[in-house]
Amino acid sequence: MKKVLLITPSRIIARGIGTILGELGEFRVEGILTDLSRDSESRLKNTDADVIIVDPVVFDYASRASARGRISANSDAAVVLLNTLSQDDEALKQYDNSISIYDAPVAIVKKLRDAIASREEITEPEGPDLSVREKEILVCVAKGMLNKEIADYYNISIHTVITHRKNITRKTGIKTIAGLTVYALLNNLIDSGSVGLL
Amino acid sequence: MSTGKFSGSMKLAELIGMNWKLLSVLSRLNIGLAFGERTISDVCRMQGINLDSFFLICNAYTYDDYVPSSELLSGAEPLAIVEYLHNSHSFYLDKEFPALESNIKAMTEPCEPVQQKIVGRFFGDYKTQVQKHFAYEEKVVFPYVRSLVAGETSQGYSIEKFEENHSNIDETLNDLKNIVMKYIPDTCDMVLRNEVLYGIFRLEEDLKKHTLIEDRVLIPMVNRMEEK
Repeated sequence: MKKVLLITPSRIIARGIGTILGELGEFRVEGILTDLSRDSESRLKNTDADVIIVDPVVFDYASRASARGRISANSDAAVVLLNTLSQDDEALKQYDNSISIYDAPVAIVKKLRDAIASREEITEPEGPDLSVREKEILVCVAKGMLNKEIADYYNISIHTVITHRKNITRKTGIKTIAGLTVYALLNNLIDSGSVGLL
Repeated sequence: MSTGKFSGSMKLAELIGMNWKLLSVLSRLNIGLAFGERTISDVCRMQGINLDSFFLICNAYTYDDYVPSSELLSGAEPLAIVEYLHNSHSFYLDKEFPALESNIKAMTEPCEPVQQKIVGRFFGDYKTQVQKHFAYEEKVVFPYVRSLVAGETSQGYSIEKFEENHSNIDETLNDLKNIVMKYIPDTCDMVLRNEVLYGIFRLEEDLKKHTLIEDRVLIPMVNRMEEK
């Protein structure tokens, strides 16, 4: 049974999600936070939830674009947006997935499952070599693509792109874009034409 | 480590015995070899180098956590420090970089042309980055210090603006190190590769000391002059 932490001030939503997840099995709501105060953040730190569902009304307007970072600073769990407010694409991109209160229960379960899978792909301990996905991201970086462009291209969150890039730098020891381009060429991940060397 | 362990009565040869890397400092201060049994005081007097300035540079170059004493900072001559930093710039640009560049070229000889090209271009870009940084110091910072020493007040500039950020330059050199160490194809000659790596490690350490002398010696000295 996967554990869910809910962050929403709405009792109706909390009960609703709790009930439908309970009926379907697979996921169980283990905790509910009604805000993101300091106390709540420390609970976030101690949670062993697999996925966190967050209602963006707990963030003030200005901090919504970087809200995901605040959660991920405290927990490694996948983070799914509960789409109660209309959010622009930029804000949506931070999250591992998003659900709506109008989604069918099975669709919600599937989205939670997908979010956990995509999160595990980047947080699971793995070998010292670059993973297939990391190589793909590296090639994009070498070609000069921005984080947002990479996120759009692979349909993943910007947050995930940043995590991949951190992992690439940790593994290779190379920080600069120019250095990563050299790496990609020496390892035959790209051809010289794509970086303007011909 | 506030005063350092070097003293004027120490023989120059002993100084080098304590830290052989100070050999490059001597050459940048125009102190030639064949110093025989002469002491640090003798040599500095003969060369017209202010003794406190000499100690500041040697200490900062030798001890990573060195914090200069107030006495040394007021006894030293800002122009001597500037001269040293200027000579270091020339040394990097005229000696170290060309040597490293030709070693890199020789090392990548067995690689595919495109690989040779990209490694060469990476080093070239690094060199340009460093040149720009040095040029700023030569054209803005050093003349400012000289004018302060001459008692002129230059408006609109203060050493505070020289809160320079070296981090980009350091990162690029560190990347080059990792590329040469880990990713250069093994068709390259190992002796040549080590030659390049020694060069990079030495340059990295030397530039770190260079920055320390700017931050811990030159800037505090200039701060004192500005306060007057």
